[in-house]
Amino acid sequence: MIHLPLAHLLSEPVGVSHYVMVGAVLFTCGVLCMATKRNALGVLMGIELVLNGANLNFIAFGSHVLRNDVNSLGLDGQLMAMFVIVLAAAEAAVLLAIALNFYNNHNSIDVDRADELLG
Amino acid sequence: MESIYWPTFFFWLFSLISCSFAVGVLLASNIVRMAFYLVLSLASIAGLFFLAGADFVGAMQIMIYVGGTLVLLIFGVMLTSQERFIEMKTPSGEWVIAFFIGASLLGLLFQVAQGVPAWQGMDRLEAEAIAVEKTATPIGMGLLGVRVDKLDETDKSRQAGMSGYLLIFEIVSVHLLVVLIGAAYLARAKRKQNRENLASVT
Amino acid sequence: MPRGLLVVTNWKKWQWLRWFEEKPKVARFLLELTLFDTYICPWPWLAYTIAGLVHVALILNLVAVSALVFIWLERKISGRIQDRLGPTRVGGKFGWLQTLADGLKLLTKEDLMPATADGFLFRIAPYVCFCASIAAFIAIPFAGGPYPWIAQHLNTGVFFVLAVLGLEVFGVILAGYASASKWSLFGAMREAAQVVSYEVPLGMCVVVPVLIAGSMDMVVIGDRQAGWFTNWLVFHDPFTFITACVFFTCAMASVNRAPFDLAEAESELVAGFHTEYSGIRWSFFFMAEYGSMFSVSILAAILFFGGWHGPVPITSLLGVGGEVGTLGWGLAQALGLANVLFKGVIGVCLMIWVRWTLPRLRIDQVMTVCLKYCTPIAAVMFLGATFWHYNLPSKNFFGLTDVPAEVYEISEGWERVAGESQNSGNTELVAAGEHARISSLSDQVLLENASLENALLENASLENVGGRR
Repeated sequence: MIHLPLAHLLSEPVGVSHYVMVGAVLFTCGVLCMATKRNALGVLMGIELVLNGANLNFIAFGSHVLRNDVNSLGLDGQLMAMFVIVLAAAEAAVLLAIALNFYNNHNSIDVDRADELLG
Repeated sequence: MESIYWPTFFFWLFSLISCSFAVGVLLASNIVRMAFYLVLSLASIAGLFFLAGADFVGAMQIMIYVGGTLVLLIFGVMLTSQERFIEMKTPSGEWVIAFFIGASLLGLLFQVAQGVPAWQGMDRLEAEAIAVEKTATPIGMGLLGVRVDKLDETDKSRQAGMSGYLLIFEIVSVHLLVVLIGAAYLARAKRKQNRENLASVT
Repeated sequence: MPRGLLVVTNWKKWQWLRWFEEKPKVARFLLELTLFDTYICPWPWLAYTIAGLVHVALILNLVAVSALVFIWLERKISGRIQDRLGPTRVGGKFGWLQTLADGLKLLTKEDLMPATADGFLFRIAPYVCFCASIAAFIAIPFAGGPYPWIAQHLNTGVFFVLAVLGLEVFGVILAGYASASKWSLFGAMREAAQVVSYEVPLGMCVVVPVLIAGSMDMVVIGDRQAGWFTNWLVFHDPFTFITACVFFTCAMASVNRAPFDLAEAESELVAGFHTEYSGIRWSFFFMAEYGSMFSVSILAAILFFGGWHGPVPITSLLGVGGEVGTLGWGLAQALGLANVLFKGVIGVCLMIWVRWTLPRLRIDQVMTVCLKYCTPIAAVMFLGATFWHYNLPSKNFFGLTDVPAEVYEISEGWERVAGESQNSGNTELVAAGEHARISSLSDQVLLENASLENALLENASLENVGGRR
C-alpha cells in the first residue's frame, strides 16, 4: 500500500503552529523588504507584511478551530487583530503623507537620499 | 488512508499563495507590481482568517487592507513616480546579507513554532466536532464593553479579561480622527508651497 | 484492484485497464495521485467538486447572461429616450441578439497591446476586475428562509459584499497604469479617488438596515421584511427612506455609472482607463461593470426593498410553502428568486435611465457631492434612524403598523429563547440554536435589554463599564 506524503498531509487538520509558520514567512519577507528596498513605498509595503504576519498569529492563537483549550486567546485575538488592521490603515495614511512631503522636498522617494542629518 | 480534510487543503492553498506573493513583493523591483503582489498576498491571508473562524476580521481585512490601504498606496505610487515603471535596484551585496539574516530568522521562528506540543493540530474527529461560531455579534458587544463570550467564567484571575474593549475602541476612534486631520494637513501644507512643482507632476 | 476502477460497468470497452490488474501498485499510485483521495470512497471528493462547480457555473452564467441582457436593454432604453429605435434587426423582432453579435465581433478582433505597456499587468487587469465583480455574488442570497439559496452563507454577508465590490477599482487602476497612456492613467486616478471617497457614505447607508435588522447576515435582513410591502425597510421610517436614496446614488457612483463615470469620460479622456484595450479584454471590463451594477442593485433590493419578499405576500396568502425540500417550498423559493432578480433588473433600468437623462458631473463636483452632501446626509440619517428605532422598536411603515409576530428571526446564538426568561445568572444567555423563533420582536428587544443589563451588572465589579453607567 502506497501512502503519498501529500495525501497524508492533507487528511489531518492544521494546528496553530502551521499558522505561526505562515506568519513567520510573512514577517521575514516584510523585515527583508524594509531592509532592502530603497523606495519609501516599498518600505511601507514591508511594514504591511510584518503587521499581517503578526495578525495571523493573533487570529491563530484566538481561533477555536485550531486549538480548543483554556489557554486559547478566544475573542481577544480577533479584537487585537481588528485594532492592528485599523491602526495599520491610519499608519499607511500618515506614511503616505510623509512620502508625498519627502517627494516634494527631494524630488525622489529613494530613502537613501534623505541624508541631510549627515551634515 | 483517510479522505481529504478540506479546511487543510484550503489552508495549504491560501498559505502557498500568500507566502509566494510575499516573496514576490520582496523580489520585485517595480513598485506597482509589488503593490499587486501585496494585494494578492493580503487577500489570501483574509482567506486564512476565514478558515480560522474569524469571518468578521477576514471581511475587515479585505475591506480596509486590500480595498482602502492599497488604493491609497497606489495613489502614492502614481503621485510620486518620476518616470514610468519606476525601478530602484538593490545592490547584490545587500541581497546576500539579507538572505542570510532572513534565513536564520526564519529558521529560528520555525523552530519555535514547531517546539510547543499544544500548537500542533487537533485530532481529526475532534476538529470535525467543533461547531461553527458566529463572531460578529460577540465582537460588537466586546467593543461596547460586554464580553458575551466569557459570561460563564468563574475563575477570578481570568475575569480580568472580561472588561471589554470600550476604552480602547474610543481611543482608536479618536486616533483615527487625529490621523485624518494630520495626514490632510501634512499633504496640504506642502502643496501650497510647491504648487508649481506639483502642477508639473500631476 | 481498487474499487474505483472496478465500478466500470461496460468492461469490454475498458479492456486495456486489465494491464493494471497485473500491476496493482501502479494502479493504486496513479489513483491516489489523480484523486488525492481514497479508493474506499471517491464520492465525497466528487460531490464537493460538483457542488462547487454548480455554484460557480450558476454565478458565472448569471453575470454573463445578465450582461448580455443589460447591454441590449441599455441600447433599447437609450434609443427610446433619444427618440430612436435602437437595435432592431439581429435575432428577429427587437434586435435581442444584438449583444451576441457584438460579442462575436469583439472575439474576432485583434488583441492589441501598446509597445511600452507593462505586459503582465496589462493582461491581468481585466480579469482582476471581472473576478471582483463575480466574487460579490458569492455572499448574495437569492431566496431566504431557513434554508436560503446562497452560494456561501456568511455571518457578515453585507460587509463581505461591500468589501469585495471595492476591489474592482484595483483592476481599473492596474489597467490605467499598465497601459502606458496618459488618458488611461488619468481615468484610473479619477476612479481611485472617486471609489475611495464614495465607500464612506455607502458604508454609512448600509449600517442603517443592519442596525434595524440587528444582523449583518443578508438572509436575516431580507427575512426581517417578510409580509406586505409596508414591512420593507425603505418604508420603516423617513430616515431609511432618504437613506435608500443616498445609498442608490452612492452605489451608482461606486460602480462608475453616469453621471459619475469620470473614469471613462469620452469627451475628456478618449475612453479613460480602457483606452488601450480591444477585443475580448475590453469586453471583460464591460461584463464587470454590468455585473457590479447588477450586484449593487440586488444589494439595494435586499437591504431596503424587501429582497425575496414581493410587495404582496402571495405565497403565504395562497398557502404555498411548507417543509424544506417539498415542492411547495421550492415554488416559494423560486418566486423569491424571481423577486430578487426582478428588483435587481428594475435597479439597473433605473441606472440606465439616469445615465441617459443627466449630464456628466465634473470631477470636483463629484467629490463635492460625496464629501459635502452624501456623507453628512448619511450620517444624519444614521443618527435619525437610530433614534427612531430606539423609540419605536416594534413599529413598521413610518411607525404606523406593528412588526408582525411571525417575523422570522435567525438567531446569532446570543438571544434568549422566549420562555426561558426568568432564569437568573449567567445561564440567561443561552445559545438559541440556529433558528429560534421569537414570539414577537418587542418581546425580544425587552429580553435583549434585560440580558444586556445583567451582563453589565456583572461587570460592575470591574468598575470599568459599570461605573460609566
